[in-house]
Amino acid sequence: MTRLSRRRVRAIFTKDLREFRRNRSLTVGMGIIPILFSIQPLITVLTLSSSASSALRHEHVLLYMLGIPALVPALVAAYSIVGERQQGTLEPVLTTPVRRDELLLGKALAALVPSVAVAYLVFGFFLACVELFAAPSVAPAVIRVPDLLAQLVFTPLLAGWSIWAAMLISTRANDVRVAQQLAMVASLPSVAVIVLVALNFIPASLVTAAVAAAALLLLNRIGLRLVSATFDRERLITGSK
Amino acid sequence: MSADHLSKRFGGRIAFDDVTFEVGRGEVFGFLGPNGAGKTTTVRALGTLIAPSSGSATVAGIALEPENGVEIRRRISVMPESPGLYLRHSVVENLECFAELYEISEPADRVERALAAVNLADRAHDACGTLSKGLRQRVALARALLNDPEVLFLDEPTSGLDPVAAREVHELIDGLRRRGVTIFLTTHRLEEAERLCDRVAILNTTLRMIGRPDDLRDRLFTKTLSVKVRDPLAEPDRVFAGLPGVDGWRQDGPGGYLLGVSDTNLAAPAAVRALVATGADVLSISEARHSLEDVYLKLIDDEAVGR
Ligand SMILES: Nc1ncnc2c1ncn2[C@@H]1O[C@H](COP(=O)(O)OP(=O)(O)O)[C@@H](O)[C@H]1O
Ligand SMILES: [Mg+2]
Repeated sequence: MTRLSRRRVRAIFTKDLREFRRNRSLTVGMGIIPILFSIQPLITVLTLSSSASSALRHEHVLLYMLGIPALVPALVAAYSIVGERQQGTLEPVLTTPVRRDELLLGKALAALVPSVAVAYLVFGFFLACVELFAAPSVAPAVIRVPDLLAQLVFTPLLAGWSIWAAMLISTRANDVRVAQQLAMVASLPSVAVIVLVALNFIPASLVTAAVAAAALLLLNRIGLRLVSATFDRERLITGSK
Repeated sequence: MSADHLSKRFGGRIAFDDVTFEVGRGEVFGFLGPNGAGKTTTVRALGTLIAPSSGSATVAGIALEPENGVEIRRRISVMPESPGLYLRHSVVENLECFAELYEISEPADRVERALAAVNLADRAHDACGTLSKGLRQRVALARALLNDPEVLFLDEPTSGLDPVAAREVHELIDGLRRRGVTIFLTTHRLEEAERLCDRVAILNTTLRMIGRPDDLRDRLFTKTLSVKVRDPLAEPDRVFAGLPGVDGWRQDGPGGYLLGVSDTNLAAPAAVRALVATGADVLSISEARHSLEDVYLKLIDDEAVGR
Protein backbone atom coordinates (compact mmCIF):
# COMPACT_ATOMS: atom_id res chain seq x y z
CA MET A 1 0.00 0.00 0.00
CA THR A 2 1.24 3.48 -0.78
CA ARG A 3 2.04 5.66 2.15
CA LEU A 4 -0.68 7.83 3.53
CA SER A 5 -0.10 11.54 3.74
CA ARG A 6 -0.31 12.72 7.32
CA ARG A 7 -0.99 16.19 6.14
CA ARG A 8 -4.10 15.19 4.25
CA VAL A 9 -5.34 13.02 7.12
CA ARG A 10 -4.88 16.00 9.41
CA ALA A 11 -6.71 18.31 6.99
CA ILE A 12 -9.75 16.01 6.95
CA PHE A 13 -9.56 15.57 10.71
CA THR A 14 -9.45 19.31 11.42
CA LYS A 15 -12.20 20.09 8.96
CA ASP A 16 -14.52 17.38 10.31
CA LEU A 17 -13.94 18.34 13.93
CA ARG A 18 -14.89 21.89 13.05
CA GLU A 19 -17.96 20.68 11.21
CA PHE A 20 -19.08 18.51 14.15
CA ARG A 21 -18.57 21.35 16.59
CA ARG A 22 -20.71 23.71 14.56
CA ASN A 23 -23.43 21.21 13.70
CA ARG A 24 -26.16 21.66 16.28
CA SER A 25 -27.86 18.30 15.81
CA LEU A 26 -24.56 16.52 16.42
CA THR A 27 -23.50 18.51 19.47
CA VAL A 28 -26.94 18.07 21.00
CA GLY A 29 -26.81 14.32 20.39
CA MET A 30 -23.30 14.16 21.82
CA GLY A 31 -24.62 15.88 24.93
CA ILE A 32 -27.80 13.89 25.42
CA ILE A 33 -26.38 10.38 25.22
CA PRO A 34 -23.84 10.89 28.06
CA ILE A 35 -26.54 12.46 30.21
CA LEU A 36 -28.85 9.50 29.64
CA PHE A 37 -26.08 7.07 30.50
CA SER A 38 -24.80 8.80 33.60
CA ILE A 39 -27.94 10.15 35.27
CA GLN A 40 -29.49 6.82 36.16
CA PRO A 41 -26.33 5.29 37.73
CA LEU A 42 -25.60 8.60 39.41
CA ILE A 43 -29.02 8.72 41.05
CA THR A 44 -28.80 5.06 42.07
CA VAL A 45 -25.40 5.51 43.66
CA LEU A 46 -26.04 8.85 45.32
CA THR A 47 -29.32 7.74 46.92
CA LEU A 48 -27.80 4.55 48.25
CA SER A 49 -27.31 4.38 52.02
CA SER A 50 -24.04 3.11 53.48
CA SER A 51 -25.64 -0.05 54.76
CA ALA A 52 -26.95 -0.94 51.31
CA SER A 53 -23.56 -0.59 49.64
CA SER A 54 -22.87 -4.30 49.93
CA ALA A 55 -25.56 -4.83 47.31
CA LEU A 56 -23.18 -3.28 44.81
CA ARG A 57 -20.59 -5.96 45.37
CA HIS A 58 -21.94 -8.00 42.48
CA GLU A 59 -22.54 -5.10 40.13
CA HIS A 60 -20.13 -2.96 38.17
CA VAL A 61 -21.85 0.38 38.11
CA LEU A 62 -18.95 2.08 36.39
CA LEU A 63 -19.13 -0.23 33.41
CA TYR A 64 -22.59 1.03 32.49
CA MET A 65 -20.93 4.15 31.36
CA LEU A 66 -19.07 2.32 28.62
CA GLY A 67 -22.34 2.81 26.77
CA ILE A 68 -21.16 6.35 26.13
CA PRO A 69 -18.14 5.44 23.97
CA ALA A 70 -20.25 2.79 22.27
CA LEU A 71 -23.00 5.18 21.18
CA VAL A 72 -21.65 8.74 20.96
CA PRO A 73 -19.11 8.09 18.18
CA ALA A 74 -21.70 6.09 16.23
CA LEU A 75 -23.85 9.19 16.00
CA VAL A 76 -20.98 11.28 14.66
CA ALA A 77 -19.40 8.69 12.40
CA ALA A 78 -22.74 7.79 10.86
CA TYR A 79 -23.07 11.42 9.81
CA SER A 80 -19.59 11.83 8.46
CA ILE A 81 -19.93 10.44 4.92
CA VAL A 82 -23.61 10.56 4.07
CA GLY A 83 -23.77 14.01 5.70
CA GLU A 84 -21.15 15.35 3.32
CA ARG A 85 -22.86 13.65 0.46
CA GLN A 86 -26.19 15.25 1.27
CA GLN A 87 -24.74 18.73 1.48
CA GLY A 88 -22.78 18.20 -1.73
CA THR A 89 -19.33 18.69 -0.24
CA LEU A 90 -18.08 15.17 -0.93
CA GLU A 91 -17.57 15.68 -4.66
CA PRO A 92 -15.10 18.58 -4.35
CA VAL A 93 -13.12 16.67 -1.72
CA LEU A 94 -12.92 13.62 -3.97
CA THR A 95 -11.55 15.73 -6.84
CA THR A 96 -8.43 16.45 -4.76
CA PRO A 97 -5.54 13.98 -4.56
CA VAL A 98 -6.83 12.68 -1.22
CA ARG A 99 -6.73 8.88 -1.05
CA ARG A 100 -9.64 6.87 0.17
CA ASP A 101 -7.82 5.67 3.29
CA GLU A 102 -6.61 9.17 4.15
CA LEU A 103 -10.17 10.42 3.97
CA LEU A 104 -11.56 7.56 6.05
CA LEU A 105 -8.79 7.70 8.63
CA GLY A 106 -9.17 11.47 9.07
CA LYS A 107 -12.91 11.07 9.48
CA ALA A 108 -12.59 8.19 11.94
CA LEU A 109 -10.13 10.15 14.08
CA ALA A 110 -12.40 13.17 14.01
CA ALA A 111 -15.20 11.01 15.43
CA LEU A 112 -12.89 9.23 17.89
CA VAL A 113 -11.23 12.17 19.61
CA PRO A 114 -14.33 14.09 20.78
CA SER A 115 -16.18 10.90 21.70
CA VAL A 116 -13.36 9.59 23.84
CA ALA A 117 -12.91 13.03 25.37
CA VAL A 118 -16.62 13.23 26.24
CA ALA A 119 -16.60 9.70 27.67
CA TYR A 120 -13.59 10.37 29.90
CA LEU A 121 -15.00 13.71 30.97
CA VAL A 122 -18.35 12.29 31.99
CA PHE A 123 -16.60 9.44 33.72
CA GLY A 124 -14.41 11.85 35.69
CA PHE A 125 -17.46 13.88 36.59
CA PHE A 126 -19.23 10.74 37.81
CA LEU A 127 -16.26 9.70 39.96
CA ALA A 128 -16.02 13.16 41.46
CA CYS A 129 -19.73 13.17 42.32
CA VAL A 130 -19.48 9.75 43.96
CA GLU A 131 -16.42 10.74 45.99
CA LEU A 132 -18.00 13.99 47.12
CA PHE A 133 -21.66 13.23 47.58
CA ALA A 134 -22.23 9.48 48.03
CA ALA A 135 -22.69 7.91 51.46
CA PRO A 136 -19.36 7.03 53.13
CA SER A 137 -19.00 3.34 52.29
CA VAL A 138 -20.59 3.61 48.85
CA ALA A 139 -17.63 5.20 47.08
CA PRO A 140 -15.16 2.37 47.77
CA ALA A 141 -17.83 -0.16 46.75
CA VAL A 142 -18.38 1.58 43.42
CA ILE A 143 -14.90 2.71 42.55
CA ARG A 144 -12.75 -0.36 42.12
CA VAL A 145 -9.35 -0.43 40.44
CA PRO A 146 -10.15 -3.16 37.87
CA ASP A 147 -13.31 -1.32 36.82
CA LEU A 148 -11.35 1.91 36.45
CA LEU A 149 -8.78 0.21 34.29
CA ALA A 150 -11.48 -1.45 32.22
CA GLN A 151 -13.08 1.92 31.71
CA LEU A 152 -9.84 3.49 30.50
CA VAL A 153 -8.94 0.65 28.16
CA PHE A 154 -12.33 -0.15 26.72
CA THR A 155 -13.45 3.40 26.05
CA PRO A 156 -11.24 3.87 22.95
CA LEU A 157 -11.64 0.24 21.85
CA LEU A 158 -15.42 0.39 21.92
CA ALA A 159 -15.45 3.82 20.32
CA GLY A 160 -13.19 2.57 17.53
CA TRP A 161 -15.41 -0.33 16.63
CA SER A 162 -18.56 1.80 16.79
CA ILE A 163 -16.95 4.26 14.43
CA TRP A 164 -16.03 1.70 11.79
CA ALA A 165 -19.47 0.11 11.98
CA ALA A 166 -21.14 3.51 11.70
CA MET A 167 -18.93 4.57 8.79
CA LEU A 168 -19.70 1.33 7.04
CA ILE A 169 -23.35 2.27 7.30
CA SER A 170 -22.63 5.86 6.34
CA THR A 171 -20.96 4.90 3.06
CA ARG A 172 -24.04 2.92 2.03
CA ALA A 173 -26.83 5.11 3.39
CA ASN A 174 -28.72 7.80 1.50
CA ASP A 175 -29.97 9.74 4.47
CA VAL A 176 -28.29 11.06 7.62
CA ARG A 177 -31.08 10.18 10.04
CA VAL A 178 -31.44 6.65 8.75
CA ALA A 179 -27.67 6.18 8.95
CA GLN A 180 -27.61 7.40 12.54
CA GLN A 181 -30.47 5.17 13.58
CA LEU A 182 -28.89 2.14 11.93
CA ALA A 183 -25.56 2.95 13.57
CA MET A 184 -27.26 3.06 16.97
CA VAL A 185 -28.76 -0.34 16.27
CA ALA A 186 -25.33 -1.60 15.20
CA SER A 187 -23.90 -0.46 18.55
CA LEU A 188 -26.54 -2.34 20.53
CA PRO A 189 -24.63 -5.64 20.65
CA SER A 190 -21.73 -3.81 22.34
CA VAL A 191 -24.13 -2.14 24.77
CA ALA A 192 -25.81 -5.47 25.51
CA VAL A 193 -22.48 -7.09 26.38
CA ILE A 194 -21.59 -4.12 28.57
CA VAL A 195 -24.87 -4.38 30.47
CA LEU A 196 -24.52 -8.12 30.93
CA VAL A 197 -21.06 -7.65 32.38
CA ALA A 198 -22.16 -4.75 34.56
CA LEU A 199 -24.99 -6.90 35.97
CA ASN A 200 -22.55 -9.73 36.43
CA PHE A 201 -24.44 -12.07 34.08
CA ILE A 202 -21.15 -12.35 32.32
CA PRO A 203 -18.47 -12.56 35.02
CA ALA A 204 -16.20 -9.53 34.92
CA SER A 205 -13.05 -11.58 35.06
CA LEU A 206 -9.65 -10.97 33.55
CA VAL A 207 -10.47 -13.61 30.97
CA THR A 208 -13.63 -11.80 29.92
CA ALA A 209 -11.68 -8.58 29.60
CA ALA A 210 -8.92 -10.23 27.61
CA VAL A 211 -11.36 -11.89 25.22
CA ALA A 212 -13.35 -8.69 24.75
CA ALA A 213 -10.21 -6.63 24.20
CA ALA A 214 -8.84 -9.13 21.69
CA ALA A 215 -12.14 -9.18 19.81
CA LEU A 216 -12.35 -5.38 19.70
CA LEU A 217 -8.72 -5.04 18.63
CA LEU A 218 -9.36 -7.43 15.79
CA LEU A 219 -12.52 -5.59 14.73
CA ASN A 220 -10.65 -2.29 14.84
CA ARG A 221 -7.88 -3.74 12.72
CA ILE A 222 -10.20 -4.87 9.96
CA GLY A 223 -12.48 -1.84 10.35
CA LEU A 224 -10.60 0.49 8.04
CA ARG A 225 -10.20 -2.20 5.40
CA LEU A 226 -13.88 -3.04 5.60
CA VAL A 227 -15.02 0.56 5.20
CA SER A 228 -12.41 1.14 2.52
CA ALA A 229 -13.77 -1.81 0.56
CA THR A 230 -17.33 -0.51 0.65
CA PHE A 231 -16.32 3.06 -0.18
CA ASP A 232 -17.35 3.36 -3.80
CA ARG A 233 -16.44 6.74 -5.23
CA GLU A 234 -18.74 6.39 -8.16
CA ARG A 235 -21.78 5.39 -6.16
CA LEU A 236 -21.15 8.14 -3.63
CA ILE A 237 -20.94 10.74 -6.38
CA THR A 238 -23.72 9.67 -8.68
CA GLY A 239 -25.98 8.12 -6.05
CA SER A 240 -26.61 4.90 -7.93
CA LYS A 241 -25.05 1.53 -8.25
CA MET B 1 -5.98 16.40 -22.89
CA SER B 2 -7.74 14.02 -25.20
CA ALA B 3 -10.60 11.56 -25.23
CA ASP B 4 -10.86 8.63 -27.60
CA HIS B 5 -14.24 6.98 -28.16
CA LEU B 6 -15.09 7.59 -24.51
CA SER B 7 -18.49 6.35 -23.29
CA LYS B 8 -20.32 6.07 -20.02
CA ARG B 9 -23.39 3.97 -19.33
CA PHE B 10 -25.35 3.78 -16.11
CA GLY B 11 -26.91 0.36 -16.35
CA GLY B 12 -28.78 0.50 -19.64
CA ARG B 13 -28.83 4.26 -19.73
CA ILE B 14 -26.26 6.02 -21.87
CA ALA B 15 -24.93 9.25 -20.34
CA PHE B 16 -22.53 10.02 -23.20
CA ASP B 17 -21.33 7.90 -26.04
CA ASP B 18 -18.34 7.69 -28.35
CA VAL B 19 -16.87 11.06 -27.43
CA THR B 20 -13.60 11.90 -29.15
CA PHE B 21 -11.76 15.21 -28.95
CA GLU B 22 -8.46 16.84 -28.19
CA VAL B 23 -7.77 19.94 -26.18
CA GLY B 24 -4.50 21.77 -26.63
CA ARG B 25 -2.45 23.39 -23.90
CA GLY B 26 -3.78 26.79 -22.96
CA GLU B 27 -6.97 26.31 -24.90
CA VAL B 28 -10.43 27.13 -23.61
CA PHE B 29 -12.57 24.25 -24.78
CA GLY B 30 -16.32 24.54 -24.51
CA PHE B 31 -18.66 21.62 -24.07
CA LEU B 32 -22.05 22.84 -25.12
CA GLY B 33 -25.24 20.88 -24.79
CA PRO B 34 -28.75 20.95 -23.40
CA ASN B 35 -29.58 19.60 -19.94
CA GLY B 36 -29.02 15.87 -19.68
CA ALA B 37 -26.60 15.87 -22.61
CA GLY B 38 -23.89 14.19 -20.52
CA LYS B 39 -21.69 17.21 -19.77
CA THR B 40 -21.40 16.66 -16.03
CA THR B 41 -20.84 12.96 -16.49
CA THR B 42 -18.03 13.70 -18.96
CA VAL B 43 -16.38 16.08 -16.50
CA ARG B 44 -16.65 13.48 -13.74
CA ALA B 45 -15.15 10.80 -15.96
CA LEU B 46 -12.23 13.00 -17.02
CA GLY B 47 -11.84 14.16 -13.41
CA THR B 48 -11.38 10.51 -12.31
CA LEU B 49 -14.53 10.52 -10.17
CA ILE B 50 -16.29 7.88 -12.18
CA ALA B 51 -14.84 5.25 -14.48
CA PRO B 52 -15.76 5.42 -18.16
CA SER B 53 -17.51 2.33 -19.51
CA SER B 54 -15.35 2.20 -22.61
CA GLY B 55 -12.84 4.18 -24.58
CA SER B 56 -9.70 5.87 -23.34
CA ALA B 57 -8.52 9.33 -22.45
CA THR B 58 -5.48 11.33 -21.45
CA VAL B 59 -5.80 14.06 -18.85
CA ALA B 60 -2.97 16.54 -18.24
CA GLY B 61 -0.75 14.18 -20.23
CA ILE B 62 -1.53 11.14 -18.06
CA ALA B 63 -3.54 8.12 -19.16
CA LEU B 64 -6.94 7.97 -17.53
CA GLU B 65 -6.53 4.72 -15.60
CA PRO B 66 -7.65 3.91 -12.06
CA GLU B 67 -4.07 3.65 -10.78
CA ASN B 68 -3.27 7.16 -12.06
CA GLY B 69 -6.15 8.78 -10.21
CA VAL B 70 -4.09 10.53 -7.55
CA GLU B 71 -1.49 11.73 -10.06
CA ILE B 72 -4.16 13.16 -12.36
CA ARG B 73 -6.07 14.82 -9.53
CA ARG B 74 -2.88 16.48 -8.40
CA ARG B 75 -2.62 18.27 -11.76
CA ILE B 76 -6.21 19.20 -12.40
CA SER B 77 -8.98 20.85 -10.53
CA VAL B 78 -12.70 20.65 -10.92
CA MET B 79 -15.27 23.23 -10.11
CA PRO B 80 -18.42 21.12 -9.91
CA GLU B 81 -21.89 22.19 -10.91
CA SER B 82 -22.79 23.09 -7.33
CA PRO B 83 -20.02 24.77 -5.32
CA GLY B 84 -20.12 22.23 -2.46
CA LEU B 85 -18.69 24.55 0.18
CA TYR B 86 -18.75 23.84 3.88
CA LEU B 87 -21.39 26.39 4.77
CA ARG B 88 -20.57 26.39 8.48
CA HIS B 89 -16.94 27.22 7.69
CA SER B 90 -15.53 30.55 6.70
CA VAL B 91 -14.20 31.18 3.21
CA VAL B 92 -10.61 30.92 4.42
CA GLU B 93 -11.31 27.72 6.36
CA ASN B 94 -12.77 26.16 3.24
CA LEU B 95 -9.77 27.11 1.16
CA GLU B 96 -7.20 26.15 3.79
CA CYS B 97 -8.60 22.65 4.00
CA PHE B 98 -8.19 22.20 0.26
CA ALA B 99 -4.74 23.76 0.24
CA GLU B 100 -3.75 21.07 2.74
CA LEU B 101 -5.38 18.33 0.68
CA TYR B 102 -3.27 19.49 -2.28
CA GLU B 103 -0.24 19.59 0.03
CA ILE B 104 0.62 23.05 -1.17
CA SER B 105 3.74 24.63 0.23
CA GLU B 106 3.05 27.97 1.89
CA PRO B 107 -0.70 27.40 1.96
CA ALA B 108 -1.58 30.68 3.67
CA ASP B 109 0.08 32.60 0.89
CA ARG B 110 -1.72 30.62 -1.81
CA VAL B 111 -5.09 31.00 -0.17
CA GLU B 112 -4.56 34.72 -0.03
CA ARG B 113 -3.61 34.87 -3.71
CA ALA B 114 -6.56 32.73 -4.75
CA LEU B 115 -8.91 34.99 -2.82
CA ALA B 116 -7.38 38.05 -4.41
CA ALA B 117 -7.76 36.46 -7.85
CA VAL B 118 -11.53 36.24 -7.40
CA ASN B 119 -11.80 39.57 -5.55
CA LEU B 120 -12.97 38.05 -2.32
CA ALA B 121 -10.26 39.13 0.10
CA ASP B 122 -12.69 41.25 2.08
CA ARG B 123 -15.08 38.34 2.67
CA ALA B 124 -12.35 35.93 3.74
CA HIS B 125 -13.66 35.42 7.26
CA ASP B 126 -17.37 35.29 6.50
CA ALA B 127 -19.12 31.96 6.87
CA CYS B 128 -19.86 30.56 3.41
CA GLY B 129 -23.47 30.07 4.43
CA THR B 130 -23.90 33.83 4.51
CA LEU B 131 -22.65 34.39 0.95
CA SER B 132 -24.81 34.89 -2.13
CA LYS B 133 -24.84 32.30 -4.86
CA GLY B 134 -22.51 34.34 -7.03
CA LEU B 135 -19.99 34.76 -4.24
CA ARG B 136 -20.13 31.06 -3.43
CA GLN B 137 -19.35 30.33 -7.06
CA ARG B 138 -16.33 32.61 -6.77
CA VAL B 139 -15.15 30.80 -3.64
CA ALA B 140 -15.45 27.53 -5.55
CA LEU B 141 -13.39 29.06 -8.36
CA ALA B 142 -10.75 30.23 -5.87
CA ARG B 143 -10.66 26.72 -4.47
CA ALA B 144 -10.09 25.34 -7.96
CA LEU B 145 -7.14 27.71 -8.46
CA LEU B 146 -5.28 26.68 -5.31
CA ASN B 147 -3.21 23.92 -6.88
CA ASP B 148 -2.34 25.90 -10.00
CA PRO B 149 -4.00 23.26 -12.19
CA GLU B 150 -2.75 22.26 -15.62
CA VAL B 151 -6.34 21.60 -16.61
CA LEU B 152 -9.25 23.36 -15.01
CA PHE B 153 -12.73 21.87 -15.36
CA LEU B 154 -15.60 24.29 -14.95
CA ASP B 155 -19.01 22.64 -14.94
CA GLU B 156 -21.65 25.23 -15.77
CA PRO B 157 -19.82 27.95 -13.83
CA THR B 158 -22.57 30.52 -14.27
CA SER B 159 -25.71 28.43 -14.08
CA GLY B 160 -28.24 30.06 -11.81
CA LEU B 161 -26.33 33.33 -11.53
CA ASP B 162 -27.82 36.70 -12.29
CA PRO B 163 -26.35 38.53 -15.31
CA VAL B 164 -24.04 40.70 -13.23
CA ALA B 165 -22.61 37.79 -11.25
CA ALA B 166 -22.32 35.77 -14.46
CA ARG B 167 -20.39 38.58 -16.09
CA GLU B 168 -17.98 38.70 -13.19
CA VAL B 169 -17.35 34.99 -13.53
CA HIS B 170 -16.84 35.46 -17.28
CA GLU B 171 -14.25 38.10 -16.61
CA LEU B 172 -12.45 35.84 -14.17
CA ILE B 173 -12.39 33.06 -16.75
CA ASP B 174 -11.11 35.50 -19.36
CA GLY B 175 -8.31 36.37 -16.96
CA LEU B 176 -7.38 32.70 -16.57
CA ARG B 177 -7.41 32.26 -20.30
CA ARG B 178 -4.96 35.11 -20.73
CA ARG B 179 -2.71 33.43 -18.18
CA GLY B 180 -2.65 30.32 -20.35
CA VAL B 181 -4.63 27.92 -18.17
CA THR B 182 -6.18 25.04 -20.11
CA ILE B 183 -9.88 25.18 -19.43
CA PHE B 184 -12.61 22.64 -20.09
CA LEU B 185 -15.86 24.49 -19.70
CA THR B 186 -19.34 23.05 -19.93
CA THR B 187 -22.37 25.18 -20.48
CA HIS B 188 -25.82 25.09 -21.93
CA ARG B 189 -25.55 28.79 -22.73
CA LEU B 190 -24.52 29.62 -26.23
CA GLU B 191 -23.38 33.16 -25.73
CA GLU B 192 -21.16 31.93 -22.94
CA ALA B 193 -19.50 29.35 -25.17
CA GLU B 194 -19.20 31.88 -27.98
CA ARG B 195 -17.73 34.52 -25.74
CA LEU B 196 -15.25 32.42 -23.74
CA CYS B 197 -14.17 29.49 -25.84
CA ASP B 198 -11.53 29.01 -28.48
CA ARG B 199 -13.27 25.89 -29.64
CA VAL B 200 -16.64 24.40 -28.92
CA ALA B 201 -17.95 20.86 -29.01
CA ILE B 202 -21.66 20.39 -29.24
CA LEU B 203 -22.78 17.40 -27.25
CA ASN B 204 -26.09 15.67 -27.04
CA THR B 205 -25.13 12.26 -25.71
CA THR B 206 -22.85 11.96 -28.74
CA LEU B 207 -20.63 14.72 -30.08
CA ARG B 208 -22.36 16.56 -32.88
CA MET B 209 -19.63 18.88 -33.99
CA ILE B 210 -16.35 20.38 -32.88
CA GLY B 211 -14.72 23.54 -34.05
CA ARG B 212 -14.16 27.23 -33.56
CA PRO B 213 -17.45 29.05 -33.12
CA ASP B 214 -16.95 30.67 -36.57
CA ASP B 215 -16.21 27.39 -38.29
CA LEU B 216 -19.23 25.72 -36.82
CA ARG B 217 -21.37 28.38 -38.39
CA ASP B 218 -19.68 28.04 -41.75
CA ARG B 219 -19.98 24.31 -41.78
CA LEU B 220 -23.63 24.23 -40.97
CA PHE B 221 -24.98 27.06 -43.01
CA THR B 222 -24.35 28.19 -46.52
CA LYS B 223 -23.06 31.72 -46.37
CA THR B 224 -25.40 34.37 -47.62
CA LEU B 225 -25.01 37.87 -48.94
CA SER B 226 -27.85 40.21 -48.24
CA VAL B 227 -28.28 42.79 -50.99
CA LYS B 228 -30.56 45.82 -50.83
CA VAL B 229 -31.26 48.12 -53.79
CA ARG B 230 -33.51 51.18 -54.00
CA ASP B 231 -35.85 49.88 -56.74
CA PRO B 232 -36.66 46.20 -57.36
CA LEU B 233 -34.59 44.73 -60.16
CA ALA B 234 -36.44 44.04 -63.40
CA GLU B 235 -34.63 40.82 -64.13
CA PRO B 236 -32.81 39.68 -61.00
CA ASP B 237 -32.09 36.28 -62.49
CA ARG B 238 -30.09 37.82 -65.28
CA VAL B 239 -28.12 39.92 -62.78
CA PHE B 240 -27.24 37.20 -60.30
CA ALA B 241 -27.13 33.96 -62.28
CA GLY B 242 -23.64 32.87 -63.21
CA LEU B 243 -21.80 35.34 -61.01
CA PRO B 244 -18.58 33.87 -59.66
CA GLY B 245 -19.00 32.45 -56.14
CA VAL B 246 -22.80 32.74 -56.23
CA ASP B 247 -24.81 29.51 -56.05
CA GLY B 248 -28.32 30.89 -56.10
CA TRP B 249 -30.60 33.70 -55.02
CA ARG B 250 -34.02 34.42 -53.59
CA GLN B 251 -36.15 37.46 -53.02
CA ASP B 252 -36.07 38.99 -49.54
CA GLY B 253 -38.74 41.68 -49.56
CA PRO B 254 -39.02 44.43 -52.24
CA GLY B 255 -35.56 45.43 -53.34
CA GLY B 256 -33.97 42.79 -51.10
CA TYR B 257 -32.15 39.70 -52.31
CA LEU B 258 -30.39 36.91 -50.51
CA LEU B 259 -27.58 35.27 -52.43
CA GLY B 260 -26.32 31.85 -51.48
CA VAL B 261 -22.56 32.09 -51.90
CA SER B 262 -19.66 29.69 -51.69
CA ASP B 263 -17.01 32.39 -51.44
CA THR B 264 -17.90 35.83 -50.15
CA ASN B 265 -14.66 37.42 -51.30
CA LEU B 266 -15.43 36.48 -54.87
CA ALA B 267 -19.18 36.97 -54.83
CA ALA B 268 -19.48 40.35 -53.13
CA PRO B 269 -17.43 42.43 -55.61
CA ALA B 270 -18.94 40.58 -58.57
CA ALA B 271 -22.46 41.25 -57.34
CA VAL B 272 -21.73 44.93 -56.81
CA ARG B 273 -20.26 45.24 -60.31
CA ALA B 274 -23.24 43.48 -61.88
CA LEU B 275 -25.71 45.65 -59.99
CA VAL B 276 -23.94 48.85 -60.93
CA ALA B 277 -23.82 47.68 -64.55
CA THR B 278 -27.63 47.36 -64.63
CA GLY B 279 -27.93 50.86 -63.17
CA ALA B 280 -29.35 49.77 -59.83
CA ASP B 281 -28.80 51.99 -56.76
CA VAL B 282 -27.14 49.74 -54.18
CA LEU B 283 -28.19 50.63 -50.65
CA SER B 284 -26.28 47.95 -48.81
CA ILE B 285 -24.57 44.65 -49.24
CA SER B 286 -23.63 42.58 -46.25
CA GLU B 287 -22.78 39.08 -45.17
CA ALA B 288 -25.61 37.58 -43.15
CA ARG B 289 -24.23 36.21 -39.88
CA HIS B 290 -25.59 33.21 -38.05
CA SER B 291 -25.14 33.12 -34.36
CA LEU B 292 -23.98 29.99 -32.68
CA GLU B 293 -27.53 29.69 -31.49
CA ASP B 294 -28.64 28.94 -35.01
CA VAL B 295 -26.03 26.22 -35.25
CA TYR B 296 -27.08 24.81 -31.96
CA LEU B 297 -30.78 24.85 -32.62
CA LYS B 298 -30.26 23.35 -36.03
CA LEU B 299 -28.28 20.47 -34.50
CA ILE B 300 -30.75 19.84 -31.74
CA ASP B 301 -33.58 20.09 -34.27
CA ASP B 302 -31.97 17.60 -36.62
CA GLU B 303 -31.76 15.27 -33.71
CA ALA B 304 -35.41 15.67 -32.83
CA VAL B 305 -36.28 14.87 -36.43
CA GLY B 306 -33.95 11.87 -36.43
CA ARG B 307 -35.68 10.35 -33.38
N1 LIG C 1 -26.14 8.12 -11.63
C1 LIG C 1 -26.86 8.06 -12.75
N2 LIG C 1 -27.63 7.01 -13.02
C2 LIG C 1 -28.34 6.95 -14.14
N3 LIG C 1 -28.36 7.89 -15.09
C3 LIG C 1 -27.60 8.98 -14.89
C4 LIG C 1 -26.80 9.13 -13.72
N4 LIG C 1 -26.16 10.31 -13.79
C5 LIG C 1 -26.53 10.86 -14.94
N5 LIG C 1 -27.40 10.07 -15.61
C6 LIG C 1 -28.01 10.34 -16.92
O1 LIG C 1 -26.99 10.67 -17.81
C7 LIG C 1 -27.41 11.72 -18.66
C8 LIG C 1 -26.42 12.85 -18.61
O2 LIG C 1 -26.44 13.51 -17.37
P1 LIG C 1 -25.50 14.73 -17.05
O3 LIG C 1 -24.11 14.33 -17.34
O4 LIG C 1 -25.78 15.16 -15.66
O5 LIG C 1 -25.98 15.82 -18.07
P2 LIG C 1 -25.69 17.38 -18.14
O6 LIG C 1 -24.63 17.70 -17.14
O7 LIG C 1 -25.26 17.62 -19.54
O8 LIG C 1 -26.98 18.07 -17.84
C9 LIG C 1 -28.79 12.12 -18.20
O9 LIG C 1 -29.72 11.56 -19.08
C10 LIG C 1 -28.93 11.52 -16.84
O10 LIG C 1 -30.25 11.15 -16.59
MG1 LIG D 1 -24.69 19.04 -15.69
